[in-house]
Amino acid sequence: MTLKLRLAHLYPKLMNIYGDRGNILCLERRCRERGIAFELTELGLGEKLKPKDYDLVFIGGAQDREQRRVAEDLAKVKGKAIREAAAKGVVILAVCGGYQLLGRHYRIAEGEELPGVGVFGLWTEHPGPGAKRFIGNVVVEWAGGTLVGFENHGGRTHLDAGVEPLGRVVAGFGNNGDDGGEGAVCGNAYGTYLHGSLLPKNPRFADHLIETALRRRYKYLEMAPLDDRVEEMAHAAAVRLATRRGIISV
Amino acid sequence: MRRIAAIAAAKAAAALSQRLKVGGGTALPGLLAERIDPDIVPEMARRLGQGSIIVTGTNGKTTTARLLRGIVRAAGLGVVANRAGSNLMRGIAAALAEAARLDGGFAGAKRRLGVFEVDEATVPEAARALKPRLVLFTNLFRDQLDRYGEVEHVAALWRDAVRQLDRSATVVLNADDPSIAGLAQVSPGPVLFYGVEDTSRGSGGLEHAADARWCPSCGSELAYSTVFYGHLGHWSCPTHCRVARPSASVVATRVELDAEGTSLAIALPGGEISAPLPLTGLYNAYNALAAVAAASALGFGTGAIARGLGSFTAAFGRQERMNVGGRRVQVILAKNPAGLNEVLRTITAGGADVDVALFLNDDIADGRDVSWIWDVDFDLLAGKARSLTVSGNRAWDMALRLKYAGLDSLSQVEEDAAAALRRALRATPEDGQLYVIPTYTAMLQVRELLARWARRPAFWEAEK
Ligand SMILES: [Zn+2]
Repeated sequence: MTLKLRLAHLYPKLMNIYGDRGNILCLERRCRERGIAFELTELGLGEKLKPKDYDLVFIGGAQDREQRRVAEDLAKVKGKAIREAAAKGVVILAVCGGYQLLGRHYRIAEGEELPGVGVFGLWTEHPGPGAKRFIGNVVVEWAGGTLVGFENHGGRTHLDAGVEPLGRVVAGFGNNGDDGGEGAVCGNAYGTYLHGSLLPKNPRFADHLIETALRRRYKYLEMAPLDDRVEEMAHAAAVRLATRRGIISV
Repeated sequence: MRRIAAIAAAKAAAALSQRLKVGGGTALPGLLAERIDPDIVPEMARRLGQGSIIVTGTNGKTTTARLLRGIVRAAGLGVVANRAGSNLMRGIAAALAEAARLDGGFAGAKRRLGVFEVDEATVPEAARALKPRLVLFTNLFRDQLDRYGEVEHVAALWRDAVRQLDRSATVVLNADDPSIAGLAQVSPGPVLFYGVEDTSRGSGGLEHAADARWCPSCGSELAYSTVFYGHLGHWSCPTHCRVARPSASVVATRVELDAEGTSLAIALPGGEISAPLPLTGLYNAYNALAAVAAASALGFGTGAIARGLGSFTAAFGRQERMNVGGRRVQVILAKNPAGLNEVLRTITAGGADVDVALFLNDDIADGRDVSWIWDVDFDLLAGKARSLTVSGNRAWDMALRLKYAGLDSLSQVEEDAAAALRRALRATPEDGQLYVIPTYTAMLQVRELLARWARRPAFWEAEK
């Protein structure tokens, strides 16, 4: 039986700001190299999401103007389906702006409150136009190893009590620059501020998402190891750069 | 008195940094001048008999400003200009102090025109201080977001700056860039549009790197009949709002590009000119067109414009050619996805066997965030590149990106810049052409090495 990963990419034209294309390319490549078929569906404004049609849902980052349009579409068109998908255990990866919008709400710099989807028990607020942006290289200690990436966000994210972060910040700011947490995990939904792009340089995390997504439908699944020498070199170089510059190293 | 002290201090600092070979450093003289006399820019700019013009935009402002200076000189005027890249207020202050006499006046003040390249975020402050008679906006690309916040933020700054211009000030706008063309709506004075009419270089769809696809008026998704590069093209808003690319009065009617240069035919109100340029790539056709449009708005004749363009030599690092160890080396700055896509298209247009060295750094001047390389279509090099050397402190990020473009067996990582250049030169056959494509800080490094090796041809191989 040929395995197939069905990926829904939400708002590819609106939410594509920080090399999010790299995440899609990575999922596709790591499936194809293992003989797993890969089916990509792009869903823009006004297009409905059918939860049962997908194994993995990805949403990337955007600027404020785009984020407002997306928040509106999430409220009217896709929000309920995303909650259903999350409840069914569909894997969700939400990066940066997408992460913020999948929380309960996001108060933008001008004070306006954008409603969120509520997949993650968290809320985000931007302290105002003059506030310091969290910009720089990040290293995170995650359950499956280190994650590397780049963050660039004005919003501060606060997790509800009992919600687990994706990892602990080793270098960088993370959710709010304060509590040492980065990202969030709720069931099979993963949220993070890391781009760079995130997945190519973090092949173990990419594989974790693929494997979790496919396990729901396939009992017999073998994730053959791939030649990740270049990936590991890039990962190690990113760790060195982030910690050598001593942003907040421990 | 304060003004004289400011000018003297700036001149002394400039002379000193030149003597110490702190090469091109205009930060200190400008900072000193501004510190001693905070009004130095407005006060000195007032004394320029021909006034000032501002050139700004994400891509091409250095080259465009240089082309424009050539035209201004060909028209018989004297120029006061900041150095390439010194485009903050202190760079402008330094340029004014350096050009001035000690008494604060300018020699031949009546015939002097200030031509200033201005950083995107510095436009409001520069416009207030210089009171320019013309502001030229080239384009607005997603570039170094971590430095400027967001593209939208820059667009908002520009709208405010334009709104506050004097009614006599002309705004020269790229009609093919929707977010630039939209500035016409807020200009209190005359507006001149330029654009490319020759659609033979265009394509039907937006590439992945494109960013401004949204209507500047209503925010709907734009439709394009032709795309030239990035989000530049013939656009229109398909909804009820009906905003569309304005018709331009200075237009490129013919654009011919090859790996050696560009041949342009430009129609403008006073006639038509043909311009052969030693610059490659469609983005340089836009730079030339922008300079011609500004010159036309200033009232220069076609003769001076053609002579000025003819006098051009490539701007610092933007596209530099050297001869090193028998290889022709061309250095082309990489800034953002749309620009780099166009560079890759240009260097692969001539066919196979292309030798390339890519340098990716992540200092502030390069953009700290390297995710933009994932929006570049490196697949363009597949089947075309013969050798591919990768360097810079983010070399492994680039190597990984190239792996995804199917170029992993070809690309060789050398983190050290000198070692990388040496490898790239060796991989290029004698009499061959090597394209060196660095980000900004890598360009400074590469340029110095190449200049040294070009002077001492025997040493590039031996030198450690
Ligand atoms: Zn519209």
